[in-house]
Amino acid sequence: MAIDVDTVRKVAKLARIAVPEARLQALSQELSGILAWIEQLDEVDTDGVEPMTSVVAAKLPLREDVVTDGGKRDAVLANAPKADKGFFVVPKVVE
Amino acid sequence: MSASDLTGLTLKGAVEGLSSKTFSAEELARAHLDAIAAANPHLNAFVLETPEKAMEMAKASDARRAKGEAGPLEGISLGIKDLFCTEGVESTAASKILKGFKPPYESTVTANLWRDGAVMLGKLNMDEFAMGSSNETSAFGPVTNPWKGKGSNQALTPGGSSGGSAAAVAADLCLGATATDTGGSIRQPASFTGTVGIKPTYGRCSRWGVVAFASSLDQAGPIAKTVEDAAILLRSMSGHDPKDSTSLNVEVPDFASFVGKSVKGLRIGVPDEYRIEGMPEEIAKLWDQGVEWLKAAGCEIKRVSLPHTKYALPAYYIVAPAEASSNLARYDGMRYGLREEGGSLTNVYENTRAEGFGEEVKRRILIGAYVLSAGYYDAYYLKAQKVRRRIADDFDAVFQEVDALLTPTAPSAAFALGDRNADPIAMYLNDVFTVTVNLAGLPGISVPAGVSGEGLPLGLQLIGRALDEGTLFSLAGAVEEAAAFRAKPQRWW
Repeated sequence: MAIDVDTVRKVAKLARIAVPEARLQALSQELSGILAWIEQLDEVDTDGVEPMTSVVAAKLPLREDVVTDGGKRDAVLANAPKADKGFFVVPKVVE
Repeated sequence: MSASDLTGLTLKGAVEGLSSKTFSAEELARAHLDAIAAANPHLNAFVLETPEKAMEMAKASDARRAKGEAGPLEGISLGIKDLFCTEGVESTAASKILKGFKPPYESTVTANLWRDGAVMLGKLNMDEFAMGSSNETSAFGPVTNPWKGKGSNQALTPGGSSGGSAAAVAADLCLGATATDTGGSIRQPASFTGTVGIKPTYGRCSRWGVVAFASSLDQAGPIAKTVEDAAILLRSMSGHDPKDSTSLNVEVPDFASFVGKSVKGLRIGVPDEYRIEGMPEEIAKLWDQGVEWLKAAGCEIKRVSLPHTKYALPAYYIVAPAEASSNLARYDGMRYGLREEGGSLTNVYENTRAEGFGEEVKRRILIGAYVLSAGYYDAYYLKAQKVRRRIADDFDAVFQEVDALLTPTAPSAAFALGDRNADPIAMYLNDVFTVTVNLAGLPGISVPAGVSGEGLPLGLQLIGRALDEGTLFSLAGAVEEAAAFRAKPQRWW
């Protein structure tokens, strides 16, 4: 299926990536080309096939619900682009 | 011993030299650091050299040895792919969006290596977020392959995404390197550089602290100079880790003990579907030669069929971008890495990600967001997961009849930098023989087996049953011995 310019704009919005208007046309062609190639999967009969979500057959392990880590506020904040008084500083979210 | 004698050693040889006190870990580290300083302006294999850390670790290693506490990798100088988080040492996944990120923790795989005595020389270049097959998507610029074609001065790709790892090992800048493989990123660079690379069974190596690309496919492994070196490294890297819920709680065998074991009586499958249209004659010939070598070593050869092979790459290019688009959602400019200001919160997200991610990474995030979006999920993602099951079933069926498979590693030798980056699909086709293994979670190893007409290395791949790396190491050892591949790149750097 071809991805038109409007769809690229919408997907870019969903992915939170700013795409300049001038780049949309080229991206629409690139993505359409990749999807057209991917669509050869339609040739495969997958009726009744269980989707494969993991190659590890085992059930996910459970552990005791206890605190095993923590007390590392400064380490957690050390890489923040902006931090103040033990908090991340982010742009205003609520007016 | 001279510095080049030290860097020219295999990892096994260095372990022996250190044990016999022929040289110290400090001397070994110094020789490698000097080699890196001389080579890196030309090869760009390392994105970060950590000479002070290396000398400090080497000194501590020598002290442990003096106390009789030497680990299996005591004093061994290694390079670490920049996808692995290293505590207090910048770890960027070769992306601008992680510039300056110094993890407050150590990845489990690297922690295992340090536990066993290894020394870190620095962080290795790679394709951004491991998305690429030529190292050209790196924010630090491409790595140049130490190999050149006969009589040519053309700069070649070392492959990708673990191009820095492969180039550094091939150029004797480290005794071995960590790498990761989501669709072929250990094996294809190994093939392009005359090195050995193994992607173990999914779950062998912990993914904790490895920057995530596609979590159901990502797996760490070593790139090394010999099959035995790869076996030694993999043993240290492997092991159960409660911090990775897909880490397998199974015993880690002494992989090196399988190298040199007889392969007599093993049944080797040669899959028809890997003889793709347009396969270069020299690769087809090398493959036939590999079959003859294993036959001569006493293996029984069988033609087998993996009917869904051609659908592996298209399925991968749904599954991997879908997982990547979710994994990379964390790069939002708030908690670490780059932030591009821009008014509203949404604008900051959008600007940060536009500025921080390279073109290929953006392309894959967009594909992933599209195939996961409302209305398309069943047609693409669910379909791909079903095809993935078909591919895994193909392997299950042939492993009823054979013990391992022999294939080429890559459809070509190393190509020129700049040659294939105009067409994403042409680049994706590099992984045509390797990607099936990731989808099925199986182990695969690439061994240098010969050279192309232009004198460039070519690898053969062996694929095994889940958790049967031991058999792969025996077979890879047999191929290595028969091929007697001794060529090294002519030093031009």
